[in-house]
Amino acid sequence: MSETASERISIEAVIKASRLSRLDLTPAEVARMTSQLAGMLEHFADIDALDLSAVEPMTRPYPLSNVLRQDVVVQGLDRDEVLANAPAAEEGRFRVPPIVGLDG
Amino acid sequence: MFHQSLDWTVEMTTIPSTAAAIADAVRSGVLKATDVLEAHVARIAEREGEIHAFNLVTTDEARAAAERIDADVAAGRDPGVLAGVPIAIKDNMCTRGIATTCSSKILEGWRPPYDATVVQRLAAAGAVTIGKTNLDEFAMGSSTENSAFGVTYNPRDITRVSGGSSGGSAAAVAAGFSPISIGSDTGGSIRQPAALCGVVGVKPTYGTVSRYGLVAFASSLDQVGPFSTDVRDSALVLEAISGHDPMDSTSIPQGPLSLQGVLSQGVEGLRVGRITDMPGGADPDVTERLEAACDALQAAGAIMVDVQMPSMKYGLTAYYLIAPAEASSNLARYDGVRYGKRVNAPDTNAMYSATRSAGFGDEVKRRIMLGTYALSAGYYDAYYGKALKVRRLISEDFDRAYTRADVLLTPTSPIVAFPVGAKSDDPLAMYLCDVYTIPTNLAGHPAMSVPFGTGAFGLPVGVQIMAPTLGEQTMFRVAASLERSMIASSGGR
Repeated sequence: MSETASERISIEAVIKASRLSRLDLTPAEVARMTSQLAGMLEHFADIDALDLSAVEPMTRPYPLSNVLRQDVVVQGLDRDEVLANAPAAEEGRFRVPPIVGLDG
Repeated sequence: MFHQSLDWTVEMTTIPSTAAAIADAVRSGVLKATDVLEAHVARIAEREGEIHAFNLVTTDEARAAAERIDADVAAGRDPGVLAGVPIAIKDNMCTRGIATTCSSKILEGWRPPYDATVVQRLAAAGAVTIGKTNLDEFAMGSSTENSAFGVTYNPRDITRVSGGSSGGSAAAVAAGFSPISIGSDTGGSIRQPAALCGVVGVKPTYGTVSRYGLVAFASSLDQVGPFSTDVRDSALVLEAISGHDPMDSTSIPQGPLSLQGVLSQGVEGLRVGRITDMPGGADPDVTERLEAACDALQAAGAIMVDVQMPSMKYGLTAYYLIAPAEASSNLARYDGVRYGKRVNAPDTNAMYSATRSAGFGDEVKRRIMLGTYALSAGYYDAYYGKALKVRRLISEDFDRAYTRADVLLTPTSPIVAFPVGAKSDDPLAMYLCDVYTIPTNLAGHPAMSVPFGTGAFGLPVGVQIMAPTLGEQTMFRVAASLERSMIASSGGR
């Protein structure tokens, strides 16, 4: 299992995906996640046998696109009601911690 | 307690079991909405402790709504086609001012500032929301075991799962807590729990019911639909909630579905397709019920035809790449900024990660990770891109099949309700529960599960009827025919 697992997805790839996902995983969680994702990707390899070169991708089931409404003013959500749900708000805005230390 | 049960027995003789009959009685003044409500509140008090269908029972709000219905009737105003009918709403649909959790800790304390379109339309039709039902966190699961608030047990056997992800909505109807309920179906989340709990469950054509106010899981697959004890009630609810909504850009621009009128039309001459190369794995007790359903339809005048769906077996792979990919994007919004939980940290990025790590459960994390990986540079073409092409192949399989058949029949679930905990440690085994329900979500077609007898351990078995885009009328004719044959074979009910 672990041999196959390392072929399908590496520990490094799992750590990278967790960073992209904004999820902090403990080393034990990374190990378990790697093994579980590898098992799934192994199962999902069934589609590798298909020749899909001439197949168009399908992103949505019903052919609607660029749906626009009339450009008229409508009642939006109440600002105070929306902000009442925020973990922190100040002067009519969402309040967040300092935006520093971005992890590239 | 004994006294309460007696009261309920008395109530049962006067309160009908279907939404249609309740609404008729309330509209005509024969029954009061408040009495209907109290009978159901008593039933919840009696069994909710062992079933746990609800995250929240909204008794006070329901009483106020029922009083308004009674006042309307007294004043000569028609409260609507669902007058006084108690309804349970899956807890991933927004209810203004009432906690909506998606069974996740990350939405702790959130009170939506608006109602989902479905919730608005139900209220406008006179339905009385009785509570918010439990689900697998963010609708990710097939057993309602992945809820931050505990398992929903199957009313037919409380040692077993109710199915999922809309397990709470299915269990609420099966237990008689409400005659109808609302769920959402991304890969089978209405049909599979309906089958496991022995009730009717419908996933309509993608775009027929508004997704506005449904908390998004996988936006190209999610669709809202009803649970009920009989086929007519699901038709009634769908008529009330379907139809174009400008707030949902994927809503099909057409009026509501018209279904109740076709229920008595029968299936004479309809072509019912059996999929000869259907992926294996269904238990023999389940396939036996599928055969019985085919026989019943044939006896009612339907023509059985064989069709092939060579790509159907790849549905699971396509779905479990596409749905997590969409979920990883949709769930990016839970970052501790605008609503729900926040875990404080020195800077914003650390706050995002701390909040999401503490707020999401294991299965949600797994799917976000899988989706992020499938979309990430270097793997996009190998996984997500390929899955979208397989989605096309499956859709084309359906198109070919529907030139030969008007509807297709499969089991809804390969197995009857399984014991709680039996699949908790094996995500892939859980995913295999969705093998028959997933393909219609990929294609966007309608499908429904109708109870058709019992299998192993006397547990309910559901038969799935699938139809092409906007083929709801034909699908409901077949469902009604199966229901009639079940009633006939059991000597009425």
